[in-house]
Amino acid sequence: METNSQSPEVVLDVDNLTTEFQTPEGLGRAVDGLSFNINKGETLGIVGESGCGKSITALSILRLVPSPPGNIAGGSVRLGNRDLMQISEREMRDVRGNDISMIFQEPMTSLNPVLTLGYQITETLRRHEGLAKHEATARAIEMLALVQIPAPERRVKEFPHQLSGGMRQRAMIAMALSCNPRVLIADEPTTALDVTVQAQVLDLIKDLQERLGTAVILITHDLGVVAETAQRVIVMYAGRKVEEAPVESLFANPQHPYTRGLLASVPRLGATTGAHSSDSRPARLAEISGIVPPLTEIPSGCAFAPRCKQATEKCTAAQPPLEETEHPGHRVACWHTDKVAV
Amino acid sequence: MSDAPILQVKDLKKHFLLRKGLFGGVSGRVHAVDGVSFDIGAAETLGLVGESGCGKSTVGRTVLRLLNPTAGTIHVHGTDISTMGARALRPLRRQMQIIFQDPFSSLDPRMKAGDIVGELLSVHNVGDTRSDRRARVAELFSHVGLREDQMNSYPHEFSGGQRQRLGIARALSLNPEIIICDEPVSALDVSIQAQVINLLADLQAEFGLSYLFIAHDLAVVEHIAHRVAVMYLGRIVEFAEKHELFSNAQHPYTESLLDAVPVPDPTIKHTRRRLQGDVPNPIDRPSGCHFHTRCPYAEERCRVEEPILKEVAPGHLAACHLK
Ligand SMILES: Nc1ncnc2c1ncn2[C@@H]1O[C@H](COP(=O)(O)OP(=O)(O)O)[C@@H](O)[C@H]1O
Ligand SMILES: Nc1ncnc2c1ncn2[C@@H]1O[C@H](COP(=O)(O)OP(=O)(O)O)[C@@H](O)[C@H]1O
Ligand SMILES: [Mg+2]
Ligand SMILES: [Mg+2]
Repeated sequence: METNSQSPEVVLDVDNLTTEFQTPEGLGRAVDGLSFNINKGETLGIVGESGCGKSITALSILRLVPSPPGNIAGGSVRLGNRDLMQISEREMRDVRGNDISMIFQEPMTSLNPVLTLGYQITETLRRHEGLAKHEATARAIEMLALVQIPAPERRVKEFPHQLSGGMRQRAMIAMALSCNPRVLIADEPTTALDVTVQAQVLDLIKDLQERLGTAVILITHDLGVVAETAQRVIVMYAGRKVEEAPVESLFANPQHPYTRGLLASVPRLGATTGAHSSDSRPARLAEISGIVPPLTEIPSGCAFAPRCKQATEKCTAAQPPLEETEHPGHRVACWHTDKVAV
Repeated sequence: MSDAPILQVKDLKKHFLLRKGLFGGVSGRVHAVDGVSFDIGAAETLGLVGESGCGKSTVGRTVLRLLNPTAGTIHVHGTDISTMGARALRPLRRQMQIIFQDPFSSLDPRMKAGDIVGELLSVHNVGDTRSDRRARVAELFSHVGLREDQMNSYPHEFSGGQRQRLGIARALSLNPEIIICDEPVSALDVSIQAQVINLLADLQAEFGLSYLFIAHDLAVVEHIAHRVAVMYLGRIVEFAEKHELFSNAQHPYTESLLDAVPVPDPTIKHTRRRLQGDVPNPIDRPSGCHFHTRCPYAEERCRVEEPILKEVAPGHLAACHLK
């Protein structure tokens, strides 16, 4: 349990969430005892490489994990006074889109290609909010205008393929926010976009969040995106939380070797130009060697140990607990934080 | 870097004609590449950046003659290949290879990794025997950091970064001089992106390869390129040596691209001038400077008069009226 989970500001409280998959190679844990919470109006970043369990975490919260092969094996997700893991599927359908919305990397996964944008937004509004048709249409136009889609009166009559990638992403955000959800889960919302459009979409999410007070869970593998958008960050590896901190603290004092590796591998603008050298060889980027293990090959002990330069026998023998550091709100699961700390 | 360029591209144009129906007349002309010039020296990397739809891939594919140019010349070691027939092109094809963004869709899922990497060797009859070719493939695997025993695996058994290594090994198989890298790291996680960028740099140092490195992320380009060309709607709008471009960008479009790169430092809360909207339609491009519709500094002149690419500092070209 998080220390502040009882504070009135918490909108979503995830405790010990565990999701398993049955694969041909055996049973594996995609999410392994994950706990976190998120406050009203806050943006929580979840970072980690592909395959670390970020999307399955999001799908588990919404109970959308494909089953079989998936199964939410344990844990609770409290929204207000309800545990989403315990309510009926009917109640859950009401939660989705209404209390918690999700946007995906590929907007076409949530936009229906054969229905107009207007229809798709108004359908949600009519179902969840019981608006009349003309009210819903007016609101749909308003939402499209809010996400800065030009000529929204015309766009409501158009189909998703008539929009550019960036505009589709905006339309999906409009749809996700149309019922004013308490929590928005954005799963790699900008990964497939140009940096310029990414900047626009991130600005948009920030702006809407400030205006509507939505809590945002922003899933990404890009620490640059996290630095610009999140207030608090969770670093995930192999289904577990390995570090958690306020964003400034995470970047100023990264504790886990995995976090440090991720930070070092981000190419930074100006990193080579300041050097003022005549050497024309490209600068080397720091790498994390190896890859995220498949579900059925997650090492016992610290899952990161095989890729970690600091790993010792202790790391392969036992899983390190998540512990407080000297920095407020900053926790890490590593046996050697003392060696890692600057 | 030697003085004589290996690749010299001059006034390259590639227009796609849109037709009404199968036999109908031309209804539009996509100015995908519209007068692009650059050269690349031995062991040099030229970065080519710009948003989606600016014509970067079309430049790469036309230079390789996977597309026929509408106009312009492409010299490889001094020989113009822009209108060369298929037979004459064949030996030159070995010198130029391409790696693609998507390591998932560019590899045949039914072929073993070793056969994928060795395919071009067979096509070009390199190596006398099967075992010669197999030895070469094994060597390529080790060059790109894959294990020899992985030659018998199928693409789905590889991670995204490893699949990109396979694509690189395949491109290297015929000892090319130039590799067109079309967004080779855009689909990869940052940690894996770093591995692939470092690999490309190592291979360049070892084999003296030249790269045309296409990307939309300027931070990535800064790490790998020696010189950088910025493209907008089929044209190069700025061109400079890397240090010069990143410390002294002149074109407002380059400035906007730089501004858009997320900064991995939460203490820097900068207010930016965001580039609004999308790249305009290349069938019906804005008048004057094509960028004027999105440019924060545009003046009347920009709407009517096309700027030319001119030298603003030694070796630094920009196409902007205001510079
Ligand atoms: N349908 C599935 N069947 C089996 N394994 C799955 C399935 N979906 C996801 N996984 C596995 O769960 C792990 C976490 O996946 P995911 O949450 O998608 O990662 P991320 O979003 O961090 O990239 C990965 O090892 C992935 O292969
Ligand atoms: N075969 C084609 N027919 C018609 N238009 C094309 C074709 N290939 C590319 N285009 C158009 O040319 C422009 C440049 O495309 P491309 O070179 O792929 O840009 P980039 O690689 O910079 O994203 C785009 O507007 C694209 O739609
Ligand atoms: Mg994911
Ligand atoms: Mg392209």
